Amino acid sequence: MKTVVSVIGNDTVGIISQVSAVCSECNANILDITQSVLQDMFVMVMLTEIKDLNCTFASFSEKMRVLGEKNSLDIRVMHEDVFNSMHRI
Amino acid sequence: MINLNDIMETINMISEENLDIRTVTMGISLLDCADSDANRACEKVYNKITRLAGNLVEVVENIEKEYGIPIINKRISVTPIAMVAAASDGDPVMFAKALQRAADATGVNFIGGYSALVHKGFSAGDEALIRSIPEALSVTNNICSSVNIGSTKAGINMDAVKLMGKIVRETAEITADRDCIGCAKLVVFCNAVEDNPFMAGAFHGVGEPDCVIHVGVSGPGVVQAALKKCPNGSLGELADIIKRTAFKITRMGQLVGTEASKRLGVPFGIVDLSLAPTPAIGDSVAHILEEMGLETCGTHGTTAALAMLNDAVKKGGVMASSYVGGLSGAFIPVSEDAGMIAAAVSGDLSLSKLEAMTAVCSVGLDMIAIPGETPAEVISAIIADEAAIGMVNSKTTAVRVIPAINKKAGETLEFGGLLGSGPIMEVNLTKSPKKFIDRAGRIPAPMQSLKN
Repeated sequence: MKTVVSVIGNDTVGIISQVSAVCSECNANILDITQSVLQDMFVMVMLTEIKDLNCTFASFSEKMRVLGEKNSLDIRVMHEDVFNSMHRI
Repeated sequence: MINLNDIMETINMISEENLDIRTVTMGISLLDCADSDANRACEKVYNKITRLAGNLVEVVENIEKEYGIPIINKRISVTPIAMVAAASDGDPVMFAKALQRAADATGVNFIGGYSALVHKGFSAGDEALIRSIPEALSVTNNICSSVNIGSTKAGINMDAVKLMGKIVRETAEITADRDCIGCAKLVVFCNAVEDNPFMAGAFHGVGEPDCVIHVGVSGPGVVQAALKKCPNGSLGELADIIKRTAFKITRMGQLVGTEASKRLGVPFGIVDLSLAPTPAIGDSVAHILEEMGLETCGTHGTTAALAMLNDAVKKGGVMASSYVGGLSGAFIPVSEDAGMIAAAVSGDLSLSKLEAMTAVCSVGLDMIAIPGETPAEVISAIIADEAAIGMVNSKTTAVRVIPAINKKAGETLEFGGLLGSGPIMEVNLTKSPKKFIDRAGRIPAPMQSLKN
Protein backbone atom coordinates (compact mmCIF):
# COMPACT_ATOMS: atom_id res chain seq x y z
CA MET A 1 0.00 0.00 0.00
CA LYS A 2 1.23 3.48 -0.82
CA THR A 3 0.69 6.46 1.42
CA VAL A 4 1.10 10.17 0.97
CA VAL A 5 2.96 11.91 3.79
CA SER A 6 2.15 15.60 3.59
CA VAL A 7 3.98 18.29 5.54
CA ILE A 8 2.56 21.80 5.70
CA GLY A 9 3.89 24.75 7.69
CA ASN A 10 6.71 27.26 7.96
CA ASP A 11 9.90 26.33 6.19
CA THR A 12 12.67 25.33 8.60
CA VAL A 13 16.03 23.62 8.30
CA GLY A 14 15.97 19.82 8.35
CA ILE A 15 12.30 19.06 7.74
CA ILE A 16 12.96 16.53 4.99
CA SER A 17 15.70 14.89 6.99
CA GLN A 18 13.50 14.45 10.06
CA VAL A 19 10.53 13.09 8.12
CA SER A 20 12.86 10.75 6.21
CA ALA A 21 14.33 9.57 9.51
CA VAL A 22 10.89 8.47 10.72
CA CYS A 23 10.32 6.68 7.39
CA SER A 24 13.59 4.85 7.74
CA GLU A 25 12.96 4.02 11.40
CA CYS A 26 9.62 2.43 10.44
CA ASN A 27 10.98 0.85 7.24
CA ALA A 28 8.78 2.90 4.91
CA ASN A 29 10.32 3.20 1.45
CA ILE A 30 10.29 6.72 -0.01
CA LEU A 31 9.25 6.58 -3.68
CA ASP A 32 8.99 10.25 -4.54
CA ILE A 33 9.32 13.66 -2.95
CA THR A 34 8.07 17.05 -4.14
CA GLN A 35 8.09 20.34 -2.36
CA SER A 36 6.90 23.83 -3.08
CA VAL A 37 5.74 27.05 -1.47
CA LEU A 38 1.99 27.45 -1.91
CA GLN A 39 0.10 30.45 -0.50
CA ASP A 40 3.17 31.36 1.61
CA MET A 41 3.21 27.89 3.15
CA PHE A 42 5.93 25.32 2.78
CA VAL A 43 4.42 22.14 1.40
CA MET A 44 6.31 18.89 1.10
CA VAL A 45 4.75 15.68 -0.11
CA MET A 46 6.34 12.27 0.09
CA LEU A 47 4.97 9.16 -1.58
CA THR A 48 5.94 6.11 0.47
CA GLU A 49 5.53 2.36 0.10
CA ILE A 50 4.57 0.88 3.47
CA LYS A 51 4.06 -2.79 2.70
CA ASP A 52 7.18 -3.72 4.70
CA LEU A 53 6.48 -1.41 7.63
CA ASN A 54 8.04 -2.75 10.84
CA CYS A 55 5.34 -1.21 13.02
CA THR A 56 1.58 -0.74 12.70
CA PHE A 57 0.20 1.88 10.33
CA ALA A 58 -1.30 3.67 13.33
CA SER A 59 2.04 3.99 15.07
CA PHE A 60 3.79 5.19 11.86
CA SER A 61 1.08 7.80 11.45
CA GLU A 62 1.27 8.78 15.12
CA LYS A 63 5.08 9.21 14.98
CA MET A 64 4.63 11.60 12.06
CA ARG A 65 1.93 13.53 13.88
CA VAL A 66 4.12 13.91 16.99
CA LEU A 67 7.06 15.03 14.84
CA GLY A 68 4.79 17.63 13.26
CA GLU A 69 3.53 18.85 16.59
CA LYS A 70 7.08 19.25 17.90
CA ASN A 71 8.02 21.43 14.90
CA SER A 72 4.72 23.34 14.55
CA LEU A 73 4.01 21.56 11.29
CA ASP A 74 0.90 19.77 10.07
CA ILE A 75 2.07 16.26 9.09
CA ARG A 76 -0.50 13.78 7.84
CA VAL A 77 -0.22 10.24 6.54
CA MET A 78 -3.02 9.30 4.17
CA HIS A 79 -3.65 6.40 1.80
CA GLU A 80 -2.89 7.51 -1.77
CA ASP A 81 -6.32 6.27 -2.93
CA VAL A 82 -7.93 9.25 -1.18
CA PHE A 83 -6.28 11.59 -3.67
CA ASN A 84 -6.58 9.27 -6.66
CA SER A 85 -10.29 8.81 -6.18
CA MET A 86 -11.02 12.46 -5.51
CA HIS A 87 -9.01 13.96 -8.36
CA ARG A 88 -8.96 11.31 -11.08
CA ILE A 89 -11.89 9.88 -12.96
CA MET B 1 2.93 11.42 -8.51
CA ILE B 2 -0.29 13.11 -7.56
CA ASN B 3 -0.48 16.84 -8.23
CA LEU B 4 0.62 18.95 -5.23
CA ASN B 5 -2.33 21.32 -5.61
CA ASP B 6 -4.77 18.41 -5.56
CA ILE B 7 -3.20 17.09 -2.38
CA MET B 8 -3.40 20.52 -0.78
CA GLU B 9 -7.02 20.89 -1.86
CA THR B 10 -8.03 17.60 -0.23
CA ILE B 11 -6.14 18.36 2.98
CA ASN B 12 -7.67 21.84 3.13
CA MET B 13 -11.15 20.38 2.70
CA ILE B 14 -10.57 18.10 5.68
CA SER B 15 -8.68 20.45 7.99
CA GLU B 16 -10.29 23.82 7.22
CA GLU B 17 -13.66 23.12 5.63
CA ASN B 18 -15.03 20.29 7.80
CA LEU B 19 -15.11 17.65 5.06
CA ASP B 20 -16.09 14.38 6.61
CA ILE B 21 -17.97 11.20 5.98
CA ARG B 22 -21.02 11.74 8.13
CA THR B 23 -21.96 8.13 8.60
CA VAL B 24 -21.21 4.54 7.72
CA THR B 25 -24.45 2.70 8.38
CA MET B 26 -24.83 -1.06 8.37
CA GLY B 27 -28.32 -2.19 7.36
CA ILE B 28 -29.36 -5.47 8.96
CA SER B 29 -32.49 -7.45 8.18
CA LEU B 30 -34.23 -8.79 11.27
CA LEU B 31 -37.00 -10.60 9.40
CA ASP B 32 -35.51 -13.95 10.42
CA CYS B 33 -35.63 -12.93 14.09
CA ALA B 34 -39.43 -12.94 14.38
CA ASP B 35 -40.64 -15.45 16.96
CA SER B 36 -43.93 -16.16 18.70
CA ASP B 37 -42.05 -15.76 21.99
CA ALA B 38 -41.09 -12.08 22.34
CA ASN B 39 -38.16 -12.83 24.68
CA ARG B 40 -36.70 -15.28 22.21
CA ALA B 41 -37.20 -12.78 19.36
CA CYS B 42 -35.33 -10.10 21.33
CA GLU B 43 -32.49 -12.53 21.98
CA LYS B 44 -32.28 -13.31 18.25
CA VAL B 45 -32.29 -9.57 17.43
CA TYR B 46 -29.43 -8.93 19.86
CA ASN B 47 -27.44 -11.91 18.61
CA LYS B 48 -27.83 -11.08 14.94
CA ILE B 49 -26.86 -7.43 15.34
CA THR B 50 -23.83 -8.16 17.51
CA ARG B 51 -22.73 -10.97 15.19
CA LEU B 52 -22.86 -8.85 12.03
CA ALA B 53 -21.87 -5.46 13.45
CA GLY B 54 -19.52 -6.60 16.23
CA ASN B 55 -16.47 -5.18 14.50
CA LEU B 56 -18.18 -2.36 12.54
CA VAL B 57 -16.82 0.43 14.74
CA GLU B 58 -13.27 -0.98 14.81
CA VAL B 59 -13.12 -1.53 11.04
CA VAL B 60 -14.48 1.93 10.27
CA GLU B 61 -12.07 3.54 12.74
CA ASN B 62 -9.18 1.79 11.01
CA ILE B 63 -10.33 3.12 7.63
CA GLU B 64 -10.58 6.57 9.16
CA LYS B 65 -6.96 6.37 10.34
CA GLU B 66 -5.51 4.92 7.14
CA TYR B 67 -7.28 7.27 4.78
CA GLY B 68 -7.09 10.31 7.04
CA ILE B 69 -10.76 11.14 6.51
CA PRO B 70 -12.90 11.78 9.59
CA ILE B 71 -15.84 9.36 9.72
CA ILE B 72 -18.13 10.87 12.32
CA ASN B 73 -20.79 8.25 12.95
CA LYS B 74 -21.01 4.48 12.86
CA ARG B 75 -24.61 3.36 12.85
CA ILE B 76 -26.98 0.49 12.27
CA SER B 77 -30.38 0.43 10.61
CA VAL B 78 -32.71 -2.52 11.07
CA THR B 79 -35.94 -3.89 9.61
CA PRO B 80 -38.92 -1.89 10.90
CA ILE B 81 -39.45 -3.43 14.33
CA ALA B 82 -43.24 -3.44 13.86
CA MET B 83 -42.75 -6.24 11.31
CA VAL B 84 -40.56 -8.31 13.63
CA ALA B 85 -42.70 -7.68 16.71
CA ALA B 86 -45.91 -8.56 14.84
CA ALA B 87 -45.16 -12.27 15.24
CA SER B 88 -45.11 -12.08 19.03
CA ASP B 89 -47.59 -10.54 21.42
CA GLY B 90 -45.22 -8.96 23.92
CA ASP B 91 -44.66 -5.30 24.71
CA PRO B 92 -42.78 -3.76 21.73
CA VAL B 93 -40.63 -1.75 24.19
CA MET B 94 -38.78 -5.03 24.88
CA PHE B 95 -37.41 -4.78 21.35
CA ALA B 96 -36.27 -1.21 21.93
CA LYS B 97 -34.38 -2.38 25.00
CA ALA B 98 -32.82 -5.27 23.04
CA LEU B 99 -31.71 -2.78 20.37
CA GLN B 100 -30.21 -0.55 23.07
CA ARG B 101 -28.23 -3.51 24.45
CA ALA B 102 -26.99 -4.21 20.92
CA ALA B 103 -26.03 -0.54 20.49
CA ASP B 104 -24.05 -0.66 23.74
CA ALA B 105 -22.34 -3.92 22.78
CA THR B 106 -21.33 -2.77 19.29
CA GLY B 107 -20.43 0.80 20.28
CA VAL B 108 -22.47 2.41 17.49
CA ASN B 109 -23.97 5.78 18.25
CA PHE B 110 -27.47 5.07 16.92
CA ILE B 111 -29.64 2.17 15.82
CA GLY B 112 -32.55 3.23 13.62
CA GLY B 113 -35.60 1.17 12.82
CA TYR B 114 -37.98 1.31 15.75
CA SER B 115 -40.37 1.96 12.92
CA ALA B 116 -43.69 1.18 11.31
CA LEU B 117 -44.77 1.61 7.69
CA VAL B 118 -48.45 2.52 7.72
CA HIS B 119 -48.91 4.63 4.59
CA LYS B 120 -52.06 2.78 3.62
CA GLY B 121 -53.18 1.34 6.93
CA PHE B 122 -52.13 -0.41 10.12
CA SER B 123 -51.26 -4.10 9.97
CA ALA B 124 -50.70 -6.39 12.95
CA GLY B 125 -48.16 -4.90 15.32
CA ASP B 126 -48.07 -1.43 13.73
CA GLU B 127 -50.40 0.39 16.07
CA ALA B 128 -48.97 -1.24 19.19
CA LEU B 129 -45.48 -0.20 18.12
CA ILE B 130 -46.53 3.37 17.36
CA ARG B 131 -48.27 3.70 20.73
CA SER B 132 -45.11 2.43 22.45
CA ILE B 133 -42.80 5.00 20.80
CA PRO B 134 -42.87 7.59 23.64
CA GLU B 135 -41.89 5.00 26.24
CA ALA B 136 -39.35 3.31 23.95
CA LEU B 137 -37.59 6.60 23.26
CA SER B 138 -37.59 7.59 26.91
CA VAL B 139 -36.07 4.35 28.24
CA THR B 140 -33.35 4.16 25.57
CA ASN B 141 -30.64 6.61 24.53
CA ASN B 142 -29.44 5.47 21.13
CA ILE B 143 -32.55 4.18 19.40
CA CYS B 144 -34.29 6.12 16.65
CA SER B 145 -37.85 5.76 15.52
CA SER B 146 -39.70 6.60 12.33
CA VAL B 147 -43.19 6.13 10.97
CA ASN B 148 -44.13 6.34 7.28
CA ILE B 149 -47.64 7.76 7.05
CA GLY B 150 -47.97 8.45 3.34
CA SER B 151 -46.63 7.85 -0.13
CA THR B 152 -47.24 9.02 -3.69
CA LYS B 153 -48.53 5.54 -4.52
CA ALA B 154 -50.76 5.08 -1.47
CA GLY B 155 -51.94 8.56 -0.47
CA ILE B 156 -51.85 9.74 3.15
CA ASN B 157 -53.09 7.65 6.07
CA MET B 158 -54.80 10.41 8.06
CA ASP B 159 -55.61 8.01 10.92
CA ALA B 160 -51.87 7.62 11.37
CA VAL B 161 -51.32 11.37 10.95
CA LYS B 162 -53.82 12.02 13.73
CA LEU B 163 -52.20 9.44 15.97
CA MET B 164 -48.67 10.74 15.29
CA GLY B 165 -49.62 14.27 16.43
CA LYS B 166 -50.44 12.76 19.83
CA ILE B 167 -47.37 10.50 19.85
CA VAL B 168 -45.01 13.39 19.10
CA ARG B 169 -46.54 15.38 21.99
CA GLU B 170 -46.42 12.43 24.38
CA THR B 171 -42.79 11.78 23.46
CA ALA B 172 -41.94 15.40 24.25
CA GLU B 173 -43.83 15.25 27.56
CA ILE B 174 -42.24 12.01 28.71
CA THR B 175 -38.74 13.38 27.99
CA ALA B 176 -39.48 16.98 29.09
CA ASP B 177 -36.80 16.75 31.81
CA ARG B 178 -34.18 16.13 29.07
CA ASP B 179 -35.11 19.05 26.79
CA CYS B 180 -37.72 16.84 25.08
CA ILE B 181 -34.89 14.86 23.45
CA GLY B 182 -37.21 11.95 22.55
CA CYS B 183 -38.67 13.96 19.68
CA ALA B 184 -35.21 14.52 18.18
CA LYS B 185 -35.14 10.74 17.64
CA LEU B 186 -38.56 10.49 16.00
CA VAL B 187 -39.36 11.23 12.34
CA VAL B 188 -42.71 11.07 10.55
CA PHE B 189 -42.19 10.37 6.84
CA CYS B 190 -44.01 10.49 3.56
CA ASN B 191 -42.26 8.43 0.84
CA ALA B 192 -39.66 7.06 3.28
CA VAL B 193 -36.68 5.45 1.54
CA GLU B 194 -35.46 1.96 2.37
CA ASP B 195 -31.72 2.64 2.22
CA ASN B 196 -31.35 5.88 4.16
CA PRO B 197 -28.13 5.90 6.19
CA PHE B 198 -29.00 9.07 8.13
CA MET B 199 -30.70 9.28 11.51
CA ALA B 200 -33.22 9.59 12.89
CA GLY B 201 -35.06 8.19 9.87
CA ALA B 202 -32.87 5.21 8.93
CA PHE B 203 -34.45 1.78 8.71
CA HIS B 204 -33.57 -1.30 6.68
CA GLY B 205 -36.21 -1.82 4.01
CA VAL B 206 -37.68 -5.21 3.22
CA GLY B 207 -36.33 -5.13 -0.33
CA GLU B 208 -32.75 -4.78 0.91
CA PRO B 209 -30.25 -7.65 1.24
CA ASP B 210 -29.70 -9.41 4.57
CA CYS B 211 -26.83 -7.07 5.47
CA VAL B 212 -25.48 -4.06 3.60
CA ILE B 213 -23.23 -1.03 4.04
CA HIS B 214 -24.47 2.46 3.21
CA VAL B 215 -22.48 5.67 3.41
CA GLY B 216 -23.72 9.20 3.98
CA VAL B 217 -21.36 11.98 2.94
CA SER B 218 -21.38 15.57 4.06
CA GLY B 219 -19.50 18.77 3.35
CA PRO B 220 -21.51 22.02 3.38
CA GLY B 221 -18.32 23.84 4.46
CA VAL B 222 -16.48 22.64 1.35
CA VAL B 223 -19.25 23.89 -0.94
CA GLN B 224 -19.37 27.24 0.83
CA ALA B 225 -15.58 27.67 0.61
CA ALA B 226 -15.65 26.82 -3.12
CA LEU B 227 -18.42 29.37 -3.76
CA LYS B 228 -16.51 32.02 -1.80
CA LYS B 229 -13.81 31.89 -4.46
CA CYS B 230 -16.36 33.01 -7.07
CA PRO B 231 -17.90 36.20 -5.64
CA ASN B 232 -19.17 37.58 -8.94
CA GLY B 233 -20.03 34.48 -10.97
CA SER B 234 -23.43 33.91 -12.54
CA LEU B 235 -25.77 31.30 -11.06
CA GLY B 236 -24.82 28.90 -13.86
CA GLU B 237 -21.19 29.20 -12.83
CA LEU B 238 -22.12 28.60 -9.19
CA ALA B 239 -24.06 25.48 -10.19
CA ASP B 240 -20.94 24.17 -11.92
CA ILE B 241 -18.78 24.83 -8.86
CA ILE B 242 -21.28 23.01 -6.64
CA LYS B 243 -21.36 20.07 -9.04
CA ARG B 244 -17.56 19.80 -9.12
CA THR B 245 -17.36 19.98 -5.33
CA ALA B 246 -20.16 17.46 -4.83
CA PHE B 247 -18.36 15.09 -7.19
CA LYS B 248 -15.20 15.21 -5.08
CA ILE B 249 -17.07 14.81 -1.80
CA THR B 250 -19.01 11.84 -3.14
CA ARG B 251 -15.85 10.12 -4.37
CA MET B 252 -14.71 10.04 -0.75
CA GLY B 253 -17.98 8.36 0.20
CA GLN B 254 -17.64 5.82 -2.58
CA LEU B 255 -14.06 5.04 -1.51
CA VAL B 256 -14.97 4.59 2.15
CA GLY B 257 -18.08 2.58 1.29
CA THR B 258 -16.29 0.11 -0.98
CA GLU B 259 -13.43 -0.27 1.48
CA ALA B 260 -15.77 -0.83 4.46
CA SER B 261 -17.80 -3.30 2.43
CA LYS B 262 -14.63 -5.24 1.47
CA ARG B 263 -13.24 -5.35 5.00
CA LEU B 264 -16.54 -6.31 6.60
CA GLY B 265 -17.43 -8.85 3.90
CA VAL B 266 -20.81 -7.19 3.43
CA PRO B 267 -22.25 -5.91 0.12
CA PHE B 268 -21.98 -2.20 -0.59
CA GLY B 269 -25.38 -0.53 -0.78
CA ILE B 270 -25.43 3.13 -1.69
CA VAL B 271 -23.80 6.50 -1.16
CA ASP B 272 -26.26 9.12 0.05
CA LEU B 273 -25.13 12.36 -1.60
CA SER B 274 -26.08 14.71 1.12
CA LEU B 275 -25.03 18.04 2.45
CA ALA B 276 -25.57 17.39 6.14
CA PRO B 277 -24.80 20.41 8.30
CA THR B 278 -23.58 20.48 11.91
CA PRO B 279 -23.85 23.33 14.41
CA ALA B 280 -20.09 24.00 13.91
CA ILE B 281 -19.10 27.25 12.22
CA GLY B 282 -18.27 26.58 8.56
CA ASP B 283 -20.54 23.54 8.27
CA SER B 284 -23.85 25.17 7.43
CA VAL B 285 -26.26 24.78 4.49
CA ALA B 286 -27.80 28.18 5.33
CA HIS B 287 -24.40 29.80 4.91
CA ILE B 288 -24.12 28.31 1.40
CA LEU B 289 -27.42 29.98 0.49
CA GLU B 290 -26.10 33.23 1.93
CA GLU B 291 -22.85 32.82 0.00
CA MET B 292 -25.00 32.54 -3.13
CA GLY B 293 -26.19 36.08 -2.49
CA LEU B 294 -29.02 36.06 0.03
CA GLU B 295 -28.58 38.55 2.87
CA THR B 296 -29.95 35.89 5.18
CA CYS B 297 -31.38 32.42 4.87
CA GLY B 298 -35.16 32.67 5.01
CA THR B 299 -35.56 35.79 2.93
CA HIS B 300 -37.31 35.77 -0.46
CA GLY B 301 -35.22 33.80 -2.93
CA THR B 302 -34.26 31.14 -0.40
CA THR B 303 -36.39 28.45 -2.02
CA ALA B 304 -34.91 29.15 -5.46
CA ALA B 305 -31.35 29.12 -4.13
CA LEU B 306 -31.98 25.87 -2.25
CA ALA B 307 -33.57 24.26 -5.32
CA MET B 308 -30.48 25.02 -7.37
CA LEU B 309 -28.14 23.82 -4.62
CA ASN B 310 -30.05 20.58 -4.14
CA ASP B 311 -30.12 19.84 -7.85
CA ALA B 312 -26.45 20.64 -8.41
CA VAL B 313 -25.41 18.41 -5.48
CA LYS B 314 -27.22 15.49 -7.10
CA LYS B 315 -25.89 16.17 -10.59
CA GLY B 316 -22.32 16.38 -9.31
CA GLY B 317 -22.56 13.40 -7.03
CA VAL B 318 -24.36 10.98 -9.26
CA MET B 319 -21.40 10.24 -11.51
CA ALA B 320 -19.03 9.85 -8.57
CA SER B 321 -20.68 6.77 -7.14
CA SER B 322 -21.70 3.46 -8.64
CA TYR B 323 -24.86 3.36 -6.55
CA VAL B 324 -26.60 6.48 -5.34
CA GLY B 325 -29.56 6.32 -3.01
CA GLY B 326 -30.93 7.31 0.36
CA LEU B 327 -32.18 10.85 0.64
CA SER B 328 -29.46 12.52 -1.45
CA GLY B 329 -29.73 16.30 -1.32
CA ALA B 330 -29.33 19.24 1.04
CA PHE B 331 -30.65 18.77 4.56
CA ILE B 332 -32.15 21.76 6.34
CA PRO B 333 -32.34 20.79 10.03
CA VAL B 334 -32.77 24.02 11.98
CA SER B 335 -31.09 23.12 15.28
CA GLU B 336 -28.15 21.41 13.56
CA ASP B 337 -27.14 24.33 11.35
CA ALA B 338 -25.48 27.49 12.70
CA GLY B 339 -26.89 29.65 9.87
CA MET B 340 -30.43 28.29 10.27
CA ILE B 341 -30.28 28.85 14.04
CA ALA B 342 -29.18 32.46 13.53
CA ALA B 343 -31.91 33.09 10.92
CA ALA B 344 -34.58 31.55 13.17
CA VAL B 345 -33.43 33.59 16.18
CA SER B 346 -33.46 36.85 14.19
CA GLY B 347 -36.95 36.03 12.89
CA ASP B 348 -35.87 35.97 9.24
CA LEU B 349 -36.62 32.26 8.90
CA SER B 350 -40.21 31.25 9.59
CA LEU B 351 -41.91 27.88 9.75
CA SER B 352 -43.89 28.75 6.58
CA LYS B 353 -40.68 29.51 4.69
CA LEU B 354 -39.18 26.25 5.90
CA GLU B 355 -42.25 24.42 4.64
CA ALA B 356 -41.79 25.96 1.19
CA MET B 357 -38.11 24.99 1.27
CA THR B 358 -39.02 21.37 1.94
CA ALA B 359 -40.60 21.17 -1.52
CA VAL B 360 -37.09 21.43 -2.99
CA CYS B 361 -34.70 20.16 -0.27
CA SER B 362 -33.78 16.54 0.36
CA VAL B 363 -36.25 15.82 3.15
CA GLY B 364 -38.50 18.05 5.22
CA LEU B 365 -39.20 20.01 8.38
CA ASP B 366 -36.29 18.88 10.47
CA MET B 367 -35.23 19.53 14.06
CA ILE B 368 -37.62 22.40 14.62
CA ALA B 369 -38.53 23.31 18.19
CA ILE B 370 -42.12 24.51 18.51
CA PRO B 371 -43.94 26.03 21.51
CA GLY B 372 -44.88 23.55 24.26
CA GLU B 373 -48.52 24.62 24.12
CA THR B 374 -48.87 23.40 20.49
CA PRO B 375 -51.80 20.93 20.58
CA ALA B 376 -51.60 17.46 19.02
CA GLU B 377 -53.97 18.37 16.17
CA VAL B 378 -51.71 21.22 15.06
CA ILE B 379 -48.73 18.86 15.01
CA SER B 380 -50.86 16.43 12.97
CA ALA B 381 -51.77 19.24 10.57
CA ILE B 382 -48.10 20.17 10.16
CA ILE B 383 -47.40 16.50 9.38
CA ALA B 384 -50.32 16.40 6.89
CA ASP B 385 -49.11 19.53 5.06
CA GLU B 386 -45.61 18.16 4.80
CA ALA B 387 -46.82 14.73 3.66
CA ALA B 388 -48.97 16.39 0.98
CA ILE B 389 -45.90 18.16 -0.42
CA GLY B 390 -44.05 14.85 -0.55
CA MET B 391 -46.97 12.91 -1.98
CA VAL B 392 -47.68 15.33 -4.82
CA ASN B 393 -44.03 15.99 -5.69
CA SER B 394 -43.01 12.31 -5.53
CA LYS B 395 -40.27 13.12 -3.03
CA THR B 396 -39.46 12.18 0.54
CA THR B 397 -40.72 14.63 3.10
CA ALA B 398 -40.62 14.33 6.86
CA VAL B 399 -41.47 16.08 10.08
CA ARG B 400 -39.18 16.07 13.09
CA VAL B 401 -40.57 18.77 15.36
CA ILE B 402 -39.87 19.06 19.06
CA PRO B 403 -42.68 20.51 21.18
CA ALA B 404 -40.75 22.33 23.92
CA ILE B 405 -42.85 21.47 26.93
CA ASN B 406 -43.38 24.44 29.28
CA LYS B 407 -41.49 26.76 26.96
CA LYS B 408 -42.62 29.48 24.57
CA ALA B 409 -41.56 30.86 21.20
CA GLY B 410 -38.28 32.77 21.50
CA GLU B 411 -36.80 30.44 24.15
CA THR B 412 -34.30 27.70 23.28
CA LEU B 413 -33.93 23.93 23.66
CA GLU B 414 -30.37 22.64 24.15
CA PHE B 415 -29.69 19.14 22.80
CA GLY B 416 -25.91 19.33 22.58
CA GLY B 417 -23.55 17.59 20.16
CA LEU B 418 -24.60 17.16 16.54
CA LEU B 419 -28.24 17.83 17.45
CA GLY B 420 -27.34 21.41 18.42
CA SER B 421 -29.71 23.88 20.00
CA GLY B 422 -33.19 24.74 18.80
CA PRO B 423 -34.68 28.22 18.97
CA ILE B 424 -38.42 27.72 19.54
CA MET B 425 -40.23 28.95 16.43
CA GLU B 426 -43.64 30.57 16.14
CA VAL B 427 -46.54 28.31 15.15
CA ASN B 428 -49.94 29.62 14.09
CA LEU B 429 -52.05 28.67 17.11
CA THR B 430 -54.86 31.17 16.60
CA LYS B 431 -56.98 29.08 14.25
CA SER B 432 -57.49 25.35 14.69
CA PRO B 433 -57.30 22.52 12.11
CA LYS B 434 -58.96 20.15 14.62
CA LYS B 435 -62.07 19.33 12.62
CA PHE B 436 -60.02 18.51 9.51
CA ILE B 437 -57.68 16.23 11.48
CA ASP B 438 -60.55 14.56 13.39
CA ARG B 439 -62.19 13.49 10.13
CA ALA B 440 -59.32 10.99 9.80
CA GLY B 441 -59.56 8.32 7.06
CA ARG B 442 -57.27 8.41 4.05
CA ILE B 443 -56.33 11.06 1.50
CA PRO B 444 -56.48 9.19 -1.83
CA ALA B 445 -53.31 8.78 -3.87
CA PRO B 446 -52.86 11.66 -6.33
CA MET B 447 -52.88 11.49 -10.14
CA GLN B 448 -49.07 11.32 -9.99
CA SER B 449 -49.43 7.76 -8.67
CA LEU B 450 -51.09 6.51 -11.85
CA LYS B 451 -48.00 5.95 -13.93
CA ASN B 452 -48.57 2.41 -15.14
